[in-house]
Amino acid sequence: MNRIRTISDLEALRRSILAGKDPGKAVIGVCCTTGCRAKRSGEVIDALENEIREKGLQDKVEIKKTGCHGFCEMGPIVVVEPANSFYCRVSAEDVTDIVSETALKDKVIDRLLWKHPATKEVVVSQKDIPFYKKQKKVVSHNSGRIDPTNIEDYIAVGGYDALAKSLTAMTPAEIVENVVASGIRGRGGGGFPTGIKWRICSSAPGDTKYIIANGDEGDPGAYMDRSLMEGDPHSIIEGMIIGGFAIGAREGIIYVRDEYPIAITHLSRAIKEAEEYGLLGRDILGSAFDFTLKISRGAGAFVCGEETALMISIEGRSGAPRPRPPYPAIEGLWGKPTVLNNVETFANIPRIILNGASWYSDMGTAGSKGTKIFSLVGKVGNTGLVEVEMGTTLREIIFEIGGGIRRGKRFKAVQTGGPSGGCIPISKIDMPVDYDSLREAGAIMGSGGMIVMDETSCMVDVARYFINFLMFESCGKCVPCREGLKQMHEILKNICEGRGQRGDIELLSDLAGVMTTASLCALGGTAPNPVLSTIRYFRDEYEAHIFDKKCPAGVCKNLFEYVIDEERCNGCTLCRLRCPQEAISGEKKKPHVIDRERCIKCGICYSICKREAIRVK
Amino acid sequence: MKVAIIIDGQRVQIDRGAPIIDAARKAGIFIPTLCYHEALKSYGSCRLCMVEVIQNRQSRLVTSCNFPAEGGMEVFTDTPRVRKIRRVIVELLLARCPDVPLLQTMAVQMGIDFNRFRKKEGKECILCGLCVRFCEEVVGVGAIGLANRGTEREVATPFKVASDVCIGCGSCTYICPTGCIEMVPDEETPKLRRMNMGKLSLSPCPNNYQCETCPIEQEFIQDIKQVVADFRSKHKRTPF
Repeated sequence: MNRIRTISDLEALRRSILAGKDPGKAVIGVCCTTGCRAKRSGEVIDALENEIREKGLQDKVEIKKTGCHGFCEMGPIVVVEPANSFYCRVSAEDVTDIVSETALKDKVIDRLLWKHPATKEVVVSQKDIPFYKKQKKVVSHNSGRIDPTNIEDYIAVGGYDALAKSLTAMTPAEIVENVVASGIRGRGGGGFPTGIKWRICSSAPGDTKYIIANGDEGDPGAYMDRSLMEGDPHSIIEGMIIGGFAIGAREGIIYVRDEYPIAITHLSRAIKEAEEYGLLGRDILGSAFDFTLKISRGAGAFVCGEETALMISIEGRSGAPRPRPPYPAIEGLWGKPTVLNNVETFANIPRIILNGASWYSDMGTAGSKGTKIFSLVGKVGNTGLVEVEMGTTLREIIFEIGGGIRRGKRFKAVQTGGPSGGCIPISKIDMPVDYDSLREAGAIMGSGGMIVMDETSCMVDVARYFINFLMFESCGKCVPCREGLKQMHEILKNICEGRGQRGDIELLSDLAGVMTTASLCALGGTAPNPVLSTIRYFRDEYEAHIFDKKCPAGVCKNLFEYVIDEERCNGCTLCRLRCPQEAISGEKKKPHVIDRERCIKCGICYSICKREAIRVK
Repeated sequence: MKVAIIIDGQRVQIDRGAPIIDAARKAGIFIPTLCYHEALKSYGSCRLCMVEVIQNRQSRLVTSCNFPAEGGMEVFTDTPRVRKIRRVIVELLLARCPDVPLLQTMAVQMGIDFNRFRKKEGKECILCGLCVRFCEEVVGVGAIGLANRGTEREVATPFKVASDVCIGCGSCTYICPTGCIEMVPDEETPKLRRMNMGKLSLSPCPNNYQCETCPIEQEFIQDIKQVVADFRSKHKRTPF
């Protein structure tokens, strides 16, 4: 057991870990977190272990189960060192080649490399792929590089150095002021300056204080916190110990939703290892500072991501926000001063401590410092997790990193910030992504979700979808949120089903205004954003639904018809053969027609027609 | 420590940190609310008591039931923004509970003659949580709670089975602003009563909701006090 009692112990341990590494040994890193596991990276691992055992290559090849690389669409991802080859969509059948060619002979296998969709050129290393070129990995720099279940891997890359520096070379007040100076703002959604929160809590009276990490990520389509907890749990733990020392808390809690089993396993293991190595517990690194950490599992209520509801949930009651003030930094968990930050915020802390506040504040824009991980999903070419400097434009994220819109369709909008975010249209595509610009555009940073939509998305339907989600996830405590969402959903449903009335847009705006100002917590306060932003940028679509009873995007089934363009149809019969309703008729090589009475608007003909002869009317 | 705040132009002395609504009541200024009660902790769920506060030259909308009074604070209880919020909230609650006399009275007082919300439900409970909090905080029993989430939220006994801890004091019936909790005699134990959720007596208040001067109210309170006192002496419980 390598119990670390002093800084020199930590340094000695790092030296011995690095000295124990055989430079001649190839390392095959396989992503073993959610995205790649869903694509069967487990089978790749099994096959690799078999291969190495059968061929007796234990001394020459090492398998490393790593965290997420972000390019989840291309999973399972396998990185082989020292060849530094980045393999995509690897299956168990590729394992023999990877071991014999790349691991043993340093030869790159072309068929497994990332291929440019247009030029068909292959790219060997990760940093040369366009998806990664514009990214700046600060928080997620360890994820994919280290084995998250092995504390020594983390220590080897400089882990717990920031903790050592904090505990021995800095006072709590210096840490707080460093975090203030870095300009970092909360990564969970609200964007409150982290350092200020710490300062308030550290000066709050009381001997018992708590520090909590919020890992209750619940936005549809967002999974950056999950990936961080799975891929680099120690950086979160290190950030929390530093935070605990800074504010005077001796107990920390990581609140994770139970739907994240790998995150819980990896965090639990990381806590246990940190305890065994003496980095958690009594007298950490000989500093006389005691700190313990435990995990609290959430039952998956979206509202428990709200700070007061989260604390109430930890206390064992059903999660519903309570009015503020008093703010948690003064009166939080069990009535004690509490700092609650998102897991991504905590993962930033060791980097800030090690590299200095000015290094951090040099990145980003005037009001938003550092980098942010975004979950880039939807109708975009490359989906996955991307970490960029604050202030990167939407165009860079969606078109350069994301590779543009799928299937040559036109970009329509991007929904940022999860269900309580807003839809940003093409006219704002060159907008820098930071807290203030997003708010100005009617959206929010949220936890960093980005759902890209193309011309086939109906914006009224999108608003209805998010309001429906929030209606079920609202805790139901305050009237504007509970009753407001119910009525808002009803109005939107009516509009989508062709029962919209004159005055609906005005009523929606009125109701949204009241919900924004009068709701008890941020869930209700930001819930109308999808409606407000779509009315602001896509009012014509609402008007088309209400007055013309038409859905221009062809989504709301009561409000459009499929028709065949006689000029374009060449009578290939494909649509006729595939129509489940037998609603299409016509002779071979002659224009076909759709029987309106029979058509159920399933869209099969629309999507299979090669000549784009089927139109939405 | 006492501080002075200005409410609608009136200067009021109040304990620092006390909710604004207390200061308003002291000055005789009416702020509507459905979930606030002096005997209970602020809950902030109905949002009707919102007022505009100017503090450090910043104006913001806050709920007066929990926002702490600070010296030099200026409060406006009847601005266009406040009126708009109250109107929408009463409309929303009336859409949920169209037949509740209290809400109808409020609507008349606010000059609401037409409810713009089309989805109407026939519910009677406005989920103010007064009954639940009174049972827990004042009586000390906690026989009822708020179950489910979002639009499904409702007041219920645990698992919706007849409560074995309810002492039949009638506090919930007394405090319910819409009158949707009925007390019925318990036949098995004639001394106790049993509450019955959702049985609405839709008769408007004969005393026009002037509870302070109401003889029926006083009699009811006496009755409740007796049952609670009996319960406490029997179980040696003190109020929380």
